[in-house]
Amino acid sequence: MSLAVISGFAAAPAVPLLYRLAREKTGWIVALLPLSLFVYFASLLGRIVDGQIVTAAVEWVPSLDVNLTFRTDGLSLVFALIITGIGTLVFLYGGAYLHGHAFTGRFYTAITLFMASMLGVVMADNIILLFVFWELTSFTSYVLIGFYNEREAARDAARQALIVTSAGGLFMLAGLILLSLSAGTWEISEIVARGAAIQADDRYVAALILILLGAFTKSAQFPFHFWLPGAMEAPAPVSAYLHSATMVNAGIYLMARLHPALGGTDEWHVLVTAAGAATMLLGGYLAWQKTDLKQILAYSTVSALGIMTFLLGLGTEETLTAAMLFLLVHALYKGALFMVAGSVDHATGTREIGELGGLRRAMPMTALAAALAALSMAGLPPLLGFVAKELIYEGTLHLHDTSAWIALITLLAVLGNLFNVTAAGLAAIRPFWGKVKSPHTPHDVSATMWAAPLILGGLSLALGVALTAYEPVLERMVEAVHGEPVHLHLALWHGWTTMLALSGVTFAGGLALYLAAPRLSRPAVSLGRALDPVAPSRLYADLIHGTVDAATAGSRIILTAYLRQYIRVIMITLVAALGYVFATRIEFDNLLHSSGVRVYEVVIAGVIIAAALTVTQLNKRLSAAAALGVVGYGVTLIYILYGAPDLAMTQFAIETLTVILFVVVIYRLPKLKQLSSTTARRMDAVLAVVVGVTMTLLTLVVTSVPMRSQLSPFFAEMSYIAAHGHNVVNVILVDFRGFDTMGEITVLSVAAIGVFALLRLNLDKPKPGEQRAPERREPEERGR
Amino acid sequence: MRSLILQTAIRYLVPLQLMFSIYLLLGGHQQPGGGFVGGLIAASAFSIYAIANGVESARRTLRVDPRLLIGVGLSMALSSGLLGLILDGGFLVSQWGEREYPGVGTLSTPLLFDTGVYTVVIGVVLLVIFSLMEEEQEA
Repeated sequence: MSLAVISGFAAAPAVPLLYRLAREKTGWIVALLPLSLFVYFASLLGRIVDGQIVTAAVEWVPSLDVNLTFRTDGLSLVFALIITGIGTLVFLYGGAYLHGHAFTGRFYTAITLFMASMLGVVMADNIILLFVFWELTSFTSYVLIGFYNEREAARDAARQALIVTSAGGLFMLAGLILLSLSAGTWEISEIVARGAAIQADDRYVAALILILLGAFTKSAQFPFHFWLPGAMEAPAPVSAYLHSATMVNAGIYLMARLHPALGGTDEWHVLVTAAGAATMLLGGYLAWQKTDLKQILAYSTVSALGIMTFLLGLGTEETLTAAMLFLLVHALYKGALFMVAGSVDHATGTREIGELGGLRRAMPMTALAAALAALSMAGLPPLLGFVAKELIYEGTLHLHDTSAWIALITLLAVLGNLFNVTAAGLAAIRPFWGKVKSPHTPHDVSATMWAAPLILGGLSLALGVALTAYEPVLERMVEAVHGEPVHLHLALWHGWTTMLALSGVTFAGGLALYLAAPRLSRPAVSLGRALDPVAPSRLYADLIHGTVDAATAGSRIILTAYLRQYIRVIMITLVAALGYVFATRIEFDNLLHSSGVRVYEVVIAGVIIAAALTVTQLNKRLSAAAALGVVGYGVTLIYILYGAPDLAMTQFAIETLTVILFVVVIYRLPKLKQLSSTTARRMDAVLAVVVGVTMTLLTLVVTSVPMRSQLSPFFAEMSYIAAHGHNVVNVILVDFRGFDTMGEITVLSVAAIGVFALLRLNLDKPKPGEQRAPERREPEERGR
Repeated sequence: MRSLILQTAIRYLVPLQLMFSIYLLLGGHQQPGGGFVGGLIAASAFSIYAIANGVESARRTLRVDPRLLIGVGLSMALSSGLLGLILDGGFLVSQWGEREYPGVGTLSTPLLFDTGVYTVVIGVVLLVIFSLMEEEQEA
């Protein structure tokens, strides 16, 4: 099972190579991956239905309890099936949709990684592992949303999605850690079993709020809903995948997964239900005003996610069942509709519903797929959408609460579903029926492009009829969310019930709004404009602009482009900080008495000081470099005297190389000038002395504290026993702390390549025959 | 900067420096020395050679591109770590051979690692110095 999650990460790097070989056939080959994963997960169905749980564990960082533990129960399995099943179709559809696009190889790499990350999220049983995959989905979706990276809008949308979701993810991490602390374990399966202990803990509310921030941002709940419609900049197959099967459902998944641990309290009910209700109504309200196919679908996704959150918030067995079934319903119809929208765009060159009509003649199969999906979305029998909607109403009507509250909740649910009916009509019926309208004669799309949505639409119908076929799976799924065994009895026909009446009301209301939408949308849009200044998307934009402005202003003050200015700031800060500590914490009385100074030490110190003073007085670079070398060699002597031959040798070699470097570059540099005024030099001298005195004091303070290191004796003792070496310094470098050294040589290499790039790949360099630009002058000269 | 004295002296100095650098590399585990210092000394030998005889001549004498040295050195360090992982189940867990070779001592992954450091350091320093010197020539 670990292999199933990791396979995507392993396969992704090979995809660009594959694309070079297979070109347009890549889609078919890559789609084998989700397909085989789908088959694998489907093969687990029997065991899961029997009540088994499939697990796999690999040690990763056992000392921190962070391990690669994966776990499949009903909830994970259904998610995995949706991810890989719709994934297969999206991969195939994407190949046809992006036919001939230059970035197709990149698309497959990104979407494969994305699928693997998403599988990781739903499979992970370790909190940290979950978080890692969670952030990976944010990152890979960022790449996917910004797929058309030459478009500024796509880049902005991708950045916005990344900032919102990964910021939420960081809050979530804090929450998850708090949760693990109160539960005393990092394994999700154990956390879920300790709900009572967690809810009794003082940290519960903080953990809940932080985790919900993560879930809400990911699943685009109010007030974080605004990133999702922006993500429409992505190509249609990406939208289909993101909206139906993956990214946005991650938040729903998290809430469902942690429901047994976190749910059932007043805080949970209030926060989750309220956010869900607000999102559901806002998304639905905004959806019917839009005229762009994908925008309508995007806002209806927001609304649908709101419905799921709303149901999870209510948290009874019936609403949880409704939420989980609705998740499946939504995945099927939304995946299909986004593909349909992509096909329409492909065939006609526009997504504006006002410019479209009667397309069913030109693209009959697409129209059929759209119709099936839309009927499920509108909740009409005998499609799956109907079953889910009946369950929603059943759930709200059976709440154990006052009748006023039940009425309110039911009314909200009716409104949410009503908007869905309208959006379904606008997105899937209007372009295909009525008078033929299109910017130019539409052509039909290739078989892959209509087959993929048609399969999803067909499933909406098949699953609506064959309820008993998957009832046991759904039972296991709801069980995982509810935390207790459940027994479901799904049925298409319940008889003449209140639910059915509510369905009728919903459909009639949605239809009325659909018919009135063209006339109502104008006032609604202008109302929206009036509210714009307080809209979350506006607040986000202000926040981003504010941050950029503040950073610009700050860097204008701090980043003066003068190295000496930076050094001054650093030095003054150092002196101030150390000086404060000295003044408040240290007693200087017996500092100077303890040290016995020897003559040669004084001589060396004198030489170093004299050389340093000489450096400041010289005005030839070569002699200044030589004098600086004297300072370095003086320090080398000190190292030798105090028994650090390794250090001395390194210092010596470095000093030599520094002098060589100076000699090499000196001819490039303009003549030394009097760059600073006399006053500035005096100030610098004072600063230098103060820094010197401070550092001396620091050294005295440090050396006066008795050393109580346990490491030195350990290294000295173990050096020969464990690493066969007498030279402790080298043994530490290559053995005990070899990993550090490896990091250091890597950094060194990167720095050298940076220098090389700066020198060799100089873009300003005039091409042969061009006039060379006049020598750049020192900045001061321009100032004067 | 062509100087006959320097050019003549270099002929004797560079081999000595290189030998010394290898001595430091191999002896570093028991006495002062090691890959880092050894690499610095070898790099300074080639740098002085470049100052005396020109960059092109120094590049010819070195035979390989410094960039290649960086890559090879990093790979050596990495593979010494991987050897530990394969043979002993831990990245960078040191492995020691049985036999002792005259002048080299026992073959081991720390030696491979240190040789990697040595190679990287030579590559890094020479990449920077050669690039700077060539830049100067062009100007």
